Amino acid sequence: MSKHTLSVLVEDKPGVLTRVAALFSRRGFNINSLAVGPTELPEISRITVVVEVEGSALEQVTKQLNKLIEVLKVVELDPHASVQREILLVKVRADPATRSQVIDTIQLFKAKVVDVTTDAVVIEATGNSEKLRALLDVLEPFGIKELVQSGMVAVGRGSRSITDRSLRSA
Amino acid sequence: MSDTTKQAPSPADVASRARPRPAAEARSGEPVGPAAPVLEVTGAQALVLSLEAIGCDTVFGIPGGAILPAYDPMLDSKKVRHILVRHEQGAGHAAEGYASATGKVGVCMATSGPGATNLVTPLADAHMDSVPVVAITGQVASAAIGTDAFQEADIRGITMPITKHNYLVTDPAKIPQAIAEAFHVASTGRPGPVLVDISKDALQAKTTFSWPPRIDLPGYRPVLRPHGKQIREASRLMAAASQPIFYVGGGVVRARASEALRRLVELTGIPVVTTLMARGTVPDSEPLNLGMPGMHGTVAAVTGLQKADLIIALGARFDDRVTGQLSSFAPLAKVIHADIDPAEISKNRIADVPIVGDVGEVIRDLIDQVTLDRATADAGAKGWDYDAWRERVADWKRTFPLGWTDSEDGTLAPQYVIERIGALTGPEATYVAGVGQHQMWAAQFVQYERPNAWINSGGLGTMGFSVPAAMGAKVAEPERTVWAIDGDGCFQMTNQELATCVINNIPIKVAIINNSSLGMVRQWQTLFYNQRYSNTDLQPMSQRVPDFVKLADAYGCLGLRAETPEEVDAVIKLALETNDRPVVIDFIVHRDAMVWPMVPAGVSNDMIQAARHEAPVWERED
Repeated sequence: MSKHTLSVLVEDKPGVLTRVAALFSRRGFNINSLAVGPTELPEISRITVVVEVEGSALEQVTKQLNKLIEVLKVVELDPHASVQREILLVKVRADPATRSQVIDTIQLFKAKVVDVTTDAVVIEATGNSEKLRALLDVLEPFGIKELVQSGMVAVGRGSRSITDRSLRSA
Repeated sequence: MSDTTKQAPSPADVASRARPRPAAEARSGEPVGPAAPVLEVTGAQALVLSLEAIGCDTVFGIPGGAILPAYDPMLDSKKVRHILVRHEQGAGHAAEGYASATGKVGVCMATSGPGATNLVTPLADAHMDSVPVVAITGQVASAAIGTDAFQEADIRGITMPITKHNYLVTDPAKIPQAIAEAFHVASTGRPGPVLVDISKDALQAKTTFSWPPRIDLPGYRPVLRPHGKQIREASRLMAAASQPIFYVGGGVVRARASEALRRLVELTGIPVVTTLMARGTVPDSEPLNLGMPGMHGTVAAVTGLQKADLIIALGARFDDRVTGQLSSFAPLAKVIHADIDPAEISKNRIADVPIVGDVGEVIRDLIDQVTLDRATADAGAKGWDYDAWRERVADWKRTFPLGWTDSEDGTLAPQYVIERIGALTGPEATYVAGVGQHQMWAAQFVQYERPNAWINSGGLGTMGFSVPAAMGAKVAEPERTVWAIDGDGCFQMTNQELATCVINNIPIKVAIINNSSLGMVRQWQTLFYNQRYSNTDLQPMSQRVPDFVKLADAYGCLGLRAETPEEVDAVIKLALETNDRPVVIDFIVHRDAMVWPMVPAGVSNDMIQAARHEAPVWERED
């Protein structure tokens, strides 16, 4: 099993996310991460889904996604030719004695503190899964009180756009 | 009906009040043609006008609270005949029967909540067998959606996995577009069911109607034209093969490509198997037709696929009932797989030559390519020679014909009954089966000579399909004799539609193959569960419960019964002569009859048994 990042362009209509998510579950495909948001084109949303499948199953996922009427395009993004990011908000125990240690640590990850109280800080970090995992590992000893993480979003490197051509005329 | 007695204007009334689109609305630069008239109507009238405009002539349905507004203009429609069924499942299967007989979109209608959920089974059935159906359901008023209102069910959510597409419409102005798109999606590409759920307030609200609406489906572009490179590659494999076989599925029926297929078979001389969904696409009288493959297929068809070195799959999907254990299916064969649905290709069996396209176009392109390649082949070159293979295949067909053993106690053999129905009625009739033993026998022992002569529930295996689907087929083609070949178990799931048939003058003929048990399950209990007949006996008492002849009589049908071989022809002939009402024949048959040949579930197709304890003995080279 290997992870694949699919960018799915869909019409921005009610129920589209249900259709896509339900398709994965009923066909027995595992979703690793899911993120949905608008694109530069109104009426078109972009779903980034990370799926864990074998090669031939990936082809089936893509074909089945394409069969959904409201799916406009499915593109697999090569991790080496794309930028992949997740966002992390984590509430870490930090009293006046440890706070500066926490802040020193997260600066190595270019993360920042977005909220401070007497006994905790909220840290915001972005990056790929590996970087965020490493950040959490070093924060663990301070005491993680709460953690929330987004699904991955990804975009291909270079000037080409997957929303080019056919979609604009649609 | 006079205007004084009428509450709401009918579509016809409304149409007569058509007013042209104001000139100001016409965009400059556009050619000024006959402007589509814009009418002021209710959402319900827009719905009925849309159905009329799209050419829908029949709707099967049952009214109820949420869909009520739609039934008012329906009453006045001159073009749409609404047939009031007795259960929404019957409406759905009738729409399937209508669609399967003609290729036109079948339409059913139901109210919200239980009305809509009763459509779930037929929609799932249509989805599995790619039947073009549009289901229209009422939904509670949009303000009440999500409040667990009376008769509320999220039918759009419920049917997402079992429809090709579905809609929830809460804006009356969008009703015509939803209907137009639903018919378009249902009938193009790989056909399938589409559900349009319309909230009650949208049906009641005022809107305007103009036709045709804009179809806006940017993500729906079925590929129809096959790729030339793939066609050339397919022809090359066909030339090189020595043991090729056509594996023909229901897609050829849906694509109305049977004529073209027959020409391709004739041109190439390659043997053919016709799946359960494809019976009749190639006539059974064609010597190259080996019959049905799969779990209860003929020895020749099953073996033909197993021994082939090239399978040319046309509109078929390598279903588990055809392949048996997938890993040992046709181990020597390369695969050319043509289908309009790319997701079917290499889903179960990896295709060597995938061809996406309308199977009719694929077949016509193959005919051209094969003709060209054969004409330009070098005189001395080998290729296109299947003589030895044809002889082997013909030998299997001769040695292992379909057949049955009569029971020792003189009770009726179900296979005999079905064979006589086919023989006395002929190939122009339509035969509609339920699901189980009688379905397999009807697929085996009726001789099919034309596509659409055979209608059944193949993928979903829906017991109770037969009577309502036969009703739909008869409505679609009233001039044809339509037989529902049903089991006694199936019949009791949907027989209330006989009332619909009697009242609406839909004279179908129902043959109940009555073995007083759930026969297919009983067969498995005989073979695999040590003859422990758990819950498959439908008649444990000495009297008949119910007496189907009396039941038929109670419905106003002609009820007949046959219990011996001598009586069979007479009741069939009487049924064929009776066209003023439906006929129900209770054929009391031997309950231990089994469907043969058989490949037990999950094992290799090489393990086919021609009859119980009777596996074919192959020559060493086989």
